Amino acid sequence: MPPEVSEGLLAPGSPAPEFTLRREDGSAFTRAELEGKTTVLVFYPFAFSPVCTDQLSLYQEILGEIEDRGATIYGVSCDANYSQRAFREQLGVTIQQLSDFEPKGEVCRAFGVYHPKGFPQRALVVIGPDAVVRWSYQAPSPSELPGANLIFDGLAAV
Amino acid sequence: MTDLRSAPIPPVGDSDHVRGPADGIEVIEYGDFECPFCAALSARLAARAALRHTFRHFPVRSSHPRAWAAACAAEAAALQGRFWEMHDSLFEDQARLEDPHLWRRARELGLDVERFDSDRRSEAVAARVREDFRGGVRAGVVTTPTVFVDGRMHAGRIDEGVL
Repeated sequence: MPPEVSEGLLAPGSPAPEFTLRREDGSAFTRAELEGKTTVLVFYPFAFSPVCTDQLSLYQEILGEIEDRGATIYGVSCDANYSQRAFREQLGVTIQQLSDFEPKGEVCRAFGVYHPKGFPQRALVVIGPDAVVRWSYQAPSPSELPGANLIFDGLAAV
Repeated sequence: MTDLRSAPIPPVGDSDHVRGPADGIEVIEYGDFECPFCAALSARLAARAALRHTFRHFPVRSSHPRAWAAACAAEAAALQGRFWEMHDSLFEDQARLEDPHLWRRARELGLDVERFDSDRRSEAVAARVREDFRGGVRAGVVTTPTVFVDGRMHAGRIDEGVL
């Protein structure tokens, strides 16, 4: 069966779906990890692609301020966890990576950010400690980089 | 703590570095001394007499490991009245940004090198660079160079038409 194209980004007020992503070490990261803390998911199209490189480097600069607000930020893509780690290490950033590699794009579809050509849309999702989406944003095109200011606009909604 | 929520670009003020005629077209640049596109833009801006150019720092360390040090060097030079001279010196040769290169630049500009070296490591200078960066983040700057011309934002390689 061909993959379904996402129907649209999860809107504020939507409970986070059940999901399983993989951390860099291959361990599972599930919906349960969202409970009790604020989470920022940064969906990005591809490890090593030019705009994603700028995006994570920029967010790294203000990582401390995101953490000061009690939030944890993660990069999410359909790349394998090994590729994500190599990407993160090459950039010299510490933002944790989560892989939606197998079944490919399943979590991206559940969040409504799967691009019909097989990669995540460039999107930000802020989830409250109750695992409910508080704010979400999808860039008008995958080549447009959401400003770090938008993360703080999103955190203000928690 | 003021956070980094979206906000309009800060207006040009007394603490800004500005050159060009007061009645020139206002160009506010967010740049990084290790960014090659910023160096190219700098040469283009300098060649135009009718621009009022404001330079603000937007160093991103993981892409450009010496960008922050270079920004602080320019601010330390500014404390001795030589911001633009250091700005031009850094952009003219981006391959030499290590500490001894910064000291040599300071010497060549006739700065008090000891004072320059202590200033560039000071919290006041770091705070000045950070203030520019944060203002840029809040205005939606995501990459360098980004210029605001008549309040409109243009990012990346800047078209000739914009200037």
